[in-house]
Amino acid sequence: MSDGQMPRKITYEADLDPHFAEEIAASARGEQLFQCIQCGTCGGACPVSPYMDLTPRRIIAMTRAGYKAEVLKSHTIWLCASCYACTVACPKAVRITDVMYALKQRAIRDGVYPKRFPVPVLAREFFQGVLTTGRNNELPLLIKMYLKTNIFKMLGQAVMGLRLFLTGRIGLKQERIAARRGEKGDLRTIMAAVDRGAPAKGGPSQ
Amino acid sequence: MTYLYYPGCSLKGTGRGYEESLLAVFDALQLPWAEVKDWNCCGATAYMAVDEVKAFTLAARNLAIAREQGGETAQVIAPCSACYLVLCKAQHVIHDAPEIGARITDALGAAQLTYGPRVQVRHPLDVLINDVGTERLAAAATAPLRGRRVACYYGCQMVRPYATFDDQYAPTSMDRVLRAMGAETVDWPLKTRCCGGTLTGTIEDVGLRLNYILLREAKKRGADAIATACPLCQFNLECYQDKISAVYGASRLPVLYFSQFMGMALGLSEARLGIQRNFVPLAAAV
Amino acid sequence: MATLGPNQGDAVRIGVYICHCGINIAGKVDVADVTQFAASLPGVVVARDYKFMCSDPGQELIQQDIREHGLNRIVVASCSPLMHEATFRRAAAEGGINPFFFQMANIREHVSWVTADKAAATEKSRALVAAAVSRVGGHEALERQRVAVKPDVLVVGGGIAGIHAALTLADSGKTVYLVEREPTIGGHMAKFDKTFPTLDCAACILTPKMSLVRQHPNITLWTYAEVADVSGYVGNFSVTVRRKPRYVIEDRCVGCNACVEACVFKEGKFADEFNYGLAKRKPVYMPFPQATPSVVLIDPATCLHFKTGKCKQACKAACERDAIDFDQRDELVEIEVGAIVVATGFQPFDAERVPEYGYGQYPGVYTSLEVERLVNASGPTGGEITLRDGRVPKAVGIIHCVGSRDHATNKYCSRVCCMYSLKLAHLVKERTGAEIYNFYIDMRTPGKGYEEFYDKLLEEGVHFIRGRAAEVTDWTMTPDEEGKLVIRAEDTLIGAVRRIPVDMVVLSVGLEAQADAGEVRRLFNISCSHEGWFLERHPKLAPVSTFTDGVFLAGACQGPKDIPDTVAQAGAAAAEAMALIDKGYVELEPNTAFIDEERCSGCKTCIAMCPYSAISFIADARVARVNEALCKGCGTCVAACPSAAAQQHLFTDDQIFDEIAGVLSYV
Repeated sequence: MSDGQMPRKITYEADLDPHFAEEIAASARGEQLFQCIQCGTCGGACPVSPYMDLTPRRIIAMTRAGYKAEVLKSHTIWLCASCYACTVACPKAVRITDVMYALKQRAIRDGVYPKRFPVPVLAREFFQGVLTTGRNNELPLLIKMYLKTNIFKMLGQAVMGLRLFLTGRIGLKQERIAARRGEKGDLRTIMAAVDRGAPAKGGPSQ
Repeated sequence: MTYLYYPGCSLKGTGRGYEESLLAVFDALQLPWAEVKDWNCCGATAYMAVDEVKAFTLAARNLAIAREQGGETAQVIAPCSACYLVLCKAQHVIHDAPEIGARITDALGAAQLTYGPRVQVRHPLDVLINDVGTERLAAAATAPLRGRRVACYYGCQMVRPYATFDDQYAPTSMDRVLRAMGAETVDWPLKTRCCGGTLTGTIEDVGLRLNYILLREAKKRGADAIATACPLCQFNLECYQDKISAVYGASRLPVLYFSQFMGMALGLSEARLGIQRNFVPLAAAV
Repeated sequence: MATLGPNQGDAVRIGVYICHCGINIAGKVDVADVTQFAASLPGVVVARDYKFMCSDPGQELIQQDIREHGLNRIVVASCSPLMHEATFRRAAAEGGINPFFFQMANIREHVSWVTADKAAATEKSRALVAAAVSRVGGHEALERQRVAVKPDVLVVGGGIAGIHAALTLADSGKTVYLVEREPTIGGHMAKFDKTFPTLDCAACILTPKMSLVRQHPNITLWTYAEVADVSGYVGNFSVTVRRKPRYVIEDRCVGCNACVEACVFKEGKFADEFNYGLAKRKPVYMPFPQATPSVVLIDPATCLHFKTGKCKQACKAACERDAIDFDQRDELVEIEVGAIVVATGFQPFDAERVPEYGYGQYPGVYTSLEVERLVNASGPTGGEITLRDGRVPKAVGIIHCVGSRDHATNKYCSRVCCMYSLKLAHLVKERTGAEIYNFYIDMRTPGKGYEEFYDKLLEEGVHFIRGRAAEVTDWTMTPDEEGKLVIRAEDTLIGAVRRIPVDMVVLSVGLEAQADAGEVRRLFNISCSHEGWFLERHPKLAPVSTFTDGVFLAGACQGPKDIPDTVAQAGAAAAEAMALIDKGYVELEPNTAFIDEERCSGCKTCIAMCPYSAISFIADARVARVNEALCKGCGTCVAACPSAAAQQHLFTDDQIFDEIAGVLSYV
């Protein structure tokens, strides 16, 4: 546009990923994705849809058509708060929340989510933290997220953090589960076994 | 039978008041409980965004431990909405997707744990309504909550999509419990509209507006306090009130756990119920 | 190799015909191989394959071979006997042999359609042909019995379908019994103001037909009555009708309403069913002014006399014709009919099952049928469209597909809702000038003049939002939403979520099978689809027949349909019933049971088991005997008989053993 050219809006079949829809449907454990009749109940029921660049309905349509790049870089999948309002309202039983999870997994795996966007960073840090200790330690988690995304925002949260600390609602002690490496119930043993059991190719855990 | 209490991370942190008040209420009602031994994080919603199978495995480890501790039909009490949903969802997926279920049970077996498919995951409101009943609750309320007008806020993940003990659109269990304790509950249409979950921390302006709408509507319907059943809802609705006021105009509304209200009606001290941990004092309405 | 069954008389000469059914069979079964195999079987004189055995040349092939090769047994391996057994039996008969010297092997439904592997399909076809060849040798010559058909017809349900079927039959001279459960005929159509797409007045076109029913010399009308029992078979049904007490002697009442005026309740106090509770009625009432018959009734649930026994019975005193009778009881009437038309209609979807839309919670939310009454000049508001609080709506939202196209309620499209929503949009806009918003998923207007009606609505400035409404709520965000109901929906053509404030919400509820369709189905021994709609015999070629001969379907009890389609189907059902009756007789299948009296020990086990009371005990001979006219060939006695004395034509033990031997010899 800057050089005065009109933006071109045509999609050639070659631009689309013909396998994307099936991959996402498999990952979301449901072929219902293909039952969508584009009625828009999801967007109407969603409390955060007013902020989405693409409504959930369009995400589903574009996923089915193979608009992989556009879908994965959309803010929509990261705005989804997993409240399941769409899932219970959908007249065709599309598990939209699970489709959003499948898209989040794929975006993280492919590394194509919006840069410095805090949600995927929070998700990854949370994942690593729990994998290490078995527990979610809220304070270190938030500090890491702000360090990696917007350090100035952390200053804005300082007052709240102090109040939480003073009311005993946030602590510095690192919580962790008791089972140690090799013991009964050890989380690392379990997770390593999950990885071993993963399907040979694809699979989001690789 | 002993209820196996699964705290989840939040009830040991930002939601400490929930743990303190709920366990005090269980004690006062003589409901026997024990904490799930060496429980781990349920995985929450963030975990599912990275690796779903591992998220369900985390949840299933807790259910396996509960089975060992309380038998095949052990009853796990999950007060946090996210924990409740994730534990229920893991059970559904393990049942409905056998190949994922097999991967999970095998992985647990590697650490000498056995998954318990018949372990029941229950919300404390389910226990209070169906195991105790409103009659017994009313009889136990020695200091009924007369004159208090409460908007019961259920949030999303407690009723959707797995809960069977209450309606997905118009739940009533919390209203019935608090009415039995002598409070008046206001009817409002946003009982299950999402607070935004972690959006307050990640995309703050969106999170603030969602919570502003909830606070505004509760007040408009004549509530002098909100009761919640989820640590994240309580945190969003209460701890962000200063920021919400800065954007949308000054307004304060106390937000308590339903169990804190119950404890008050049962004559327990505010300290025992963790009410002093709240940012907005109970007397602060308007 | 297959062994030959015992044969009576001449040597058995069998012709075997393998049908390709286009590629339906030949695409999966090696028909040439099966034909060659058949030719090698004992008793087979000729074996052929042909593209379509059911075609005229196919049947001619059989007849020619009977003539040229002296065949006396025929086997056709093709589709299900349900499709073409009758065709080939007829072909055999026309070729000059007894039609029961025929056996069919099903190599389509049982083989080619359900087998993936070509070799396996061919193997199985060989086995089935071997079985049929082995069996047919032992077939016996049988004769069909003819039974006279009763000339009268029962029509069940007095909506527009039943009315039209009854009038058509009566006009052709048939005696018709029309049974309606409600106190008046007219059904749902009587509640409408206008009909789409022509907007002609529903009452103007319906009430003349209603009064014709009342006056027709060939129609006996029983309202407030239900079919209690049906027995017998095609052409000879015995029906018991239960007439419920209306506490008014129908022959005496002239519908003057003096009793209603006199009732001790000065005002209507109870929800008026005809108006969906939007008006109140007294315990004694006329359902609506044009009710047919024009006879009042008393509701014992609300009448003081029945509730307390202490009413001064002002109604009884006011009736000059002494028509009130508090002692009326159920009355059972027995009739004999040759055919039955079931036209029991639909029920509207219960809007409370979709709590997101706030029906029963917000007074401004109405069902489409309630709005039909509001726009009706003879309705509770005299045709004025006012809300429950008396206001005239300035904005109205019409939500389509309520209870339709939804996995949680009904998966199917209810077919009529788009069009009636357009009709209501037009009528409400015309009368109130309100802004109308239609929330639709897909606009379905297939019908004569229907799309043109949609065009008209677009021209009138009615708003159309392509998006299924997610919720109706009363929480507000902007000043113009205050005091309104807000509909939240994604406008999918724009890709934006919209909040539209309205005063009135109309829920376009879908059509459902009647709640008691299951019981009605059992009463008439017909089938239901899993949604509860009565099942037609064939969706294309027998759309008004059922799997029970002599029972026909008309109207929405078979599936959602609009008035034109309902009337067309009712006419078709009447014509089918006429065809059956005018033929004068039915031929009974000879697959009846018989008792080998030599073997019968007289234990009477079969007599108690027979569901058709077709077996009696012959005291002199101390044996049981089957009345072939009553026997339906169900085989229960055959299975129950401890001494194997009970046998069944076409399914004798020998025939079944021959068939099994045929399969086993092949294996």
